Amino acid sequence: MAPFLAVQGISKNFRGLRAVSDVSFEMPKGAIYALIGPNGAGKTTTFNMIAGAFSPDAGRIVLDGDDLTGRRPDLICHAGVGRTFQVVKPFRGLTVEDNVAVGALRWTGDIEEARAYAIETLALLGLDDKRALTPEHVTLPDRKRLEVARALATRPKLLLLDEVMAGLRPTETDRMVATFKEINAKTGLTILLIEHVMRAVMALSQHVIVLNHGEKIAAGTPQEVVRDPAVVECYLGEAAL
Amino acid sequence: MIRRLVGQANARTLWALAALLAALIAAPAFANDYVLTVLVLALYYAYTGQAWNLMLGFAGLLSIGQAMFVGLGAYAAAGLFVQFGVPPIAGVFLSIVVACIAGAIVGYLAFRFAIGGVYFALLTIAFSEFTRILIDNWAYLGGSRGLFLKVSDLRHWDLINLRGPPQMFYYILLVLTVAVFLFCRYILNSKIGYYWQAIREDEEAAQAIGIDTFRYKIYAVVISSGISGIAGTIYAFYYNNLFPETVFAISGSVDMLLGTVVGGVGTLFGPIFGALILTPLGEALTAATASVGIPGIKQFFWGLVVAAIVLVQPAGLWPLVYRGLRLGGRRMRPPPVLRGGNAVGQPAVGREEEGV
Repeated sequence: MAPFLAVQGISKNFRGLRAVSDVSFEMPKGAIYALIGPNGAGKTTTFNMIAGAFSPDAGRIVLDGDDLTGRRPDLICHAGVGRTFQVVKPFRGLTVEDNVAVGALRWTGDIEEARAYAIETLALLGLDDKRALTPEHVTLPDRKRLEVARALATRPKLLLLDEVMAGLRPTETDRMVATFKEINAKTGLTILLIEHVMRAVMALSQHVIVLNHGEKIAAGTPQEVVRDPAVVECYLGEAAL
Repeated sequence: MIRRLVGQANARTLWALAALLAALIAAPAFANDYVLTVLVLALYYAYTGQAWNLMLGFAGLLSIGQAMFVGLGAYAAAGLFVQFGVPPIAGVFLSIVVACIAGAIVGYLAFRFAIGGVYFALLTIAFSEFTRILIDNWAYLGGSRGLFLKVSDLRHWDLINLRGPPQMFYYILLVLTVAVFLFCRYILNSKIGYYWQAIREDEEAAQAIGIDTFRYKIYAVVISSGISGIAGTIYAFYYNNLFPETVFAISGSVDMLLGTVVGGVGTLFGPIFGALILTPLGEALTAATASVGIPGIKQFFWGLVVAAIVLVQPAGLWPLVYRGLRLGGRRMRPPPVLRGGNAVGQPAVGREEEGV
């Protein structure tokens, strides 16, 4: 069976700097995978290529039989990819509810329906009591949740989460992990996450891909990866063992 | 649709609007010729300000070339009338089409090459100038010597040919202002309005949730220019003469946006409120100093007012009044251009979000 997401040998250079070099991986439908690695390893660049913010210099990205390579970000969203931004990008002039409702307008033209869906999605992420506030009046963890809610509201098939647990307290991380597990179990949503919080990576992902200097240096189950000497050396450090 | 129009407004707001509308309907009965001219101007700026607000306040696109859209509309309807005797009631459609095409061209060029922020504003000024030079050299439309409409009997209302007393123009502009206000309210609460606001706040995030930002920005420019084109028809038949130097002057574009800046960019009622306050003030000041004869006093005063607004109350005066009167409805914020985003229209870089 063809994989749900196939990333085939993608590369990206920025003025001679090789940000991502010949990275390939595949994901089955309904899986949760993590992309880890030290800062500057090319994780966000990989995300940006999948989401269409940059087009790859080489390689192909295929989602569910649909070639996404080099397509515009809005069309990739319509093809079923939802993403969050590492540095959150809320619509600051809109309320939390409207932020999410705009996402739902991807598949409906009806404002009331979009609002209703926004309220449901916000409830799922525990933001229902912040609905009427503008993003600058909620905490950073809440803004991260808002980022997730807005992406979810577009009804993606594949959700790209870029460090949404950074800055959360351990209990908040656990809650977020539980939420993603619940969404994944209920809807079969495929999730690819970039994460530094190993607690979340270990609890959430079935498979981990490790990048370093733009190259894939390891892949496997979380347990395998944390024992890989190359990964320990470049990223986790001895203490992680 | 009615429900959506009235939807979020509370009873207080509706009563306040009804009272204002009644006052505006009754006003000509109490106004002398001079006051009436000022009122016509105020409504003209309320209407054109609303069109400008749709671009900047809703979609975050700063245009300083609104005079081009109005001017093209004016020349289209006047040209048809003078050369072919086509009445403005039909000519106005050409005004809309010509203005929309101009808007589409400017928008296409700007957004195809990712020109935003103040650079977009400069592009609108440049195109306004191109158009002025074009009309200046187009003898068929009178060129630099001007295009004149025959002035006939001014006592009777002739709506088809837009020949009539100032009262007629006042009421036409009142109807147009109310219509465009309702239209803006409707569109702001529809998908396109939501999409504009998303684009205004963060274009990259807007794209990531599936918004074709190029297409929706073009919509904003084209709709705004179409609305402005209608104002052009009114302008041509109210003044009966068109000179490229006056019609396409940058100061004309600036006059159209001042009321909205004072009233509140991005608010629905700001353009009307600002124009109704600023226009009479400017005219009163001109009249008051007429005997002393200080040249440019109006511009100087407007400069002061705008500087004060931008420094003290960048959201405009309307939000203050609105809070003071405890009116309900939608809360709006000024666009990032007026909130300290940087010059190229990008939002200020995330502060505390950076890093972990």
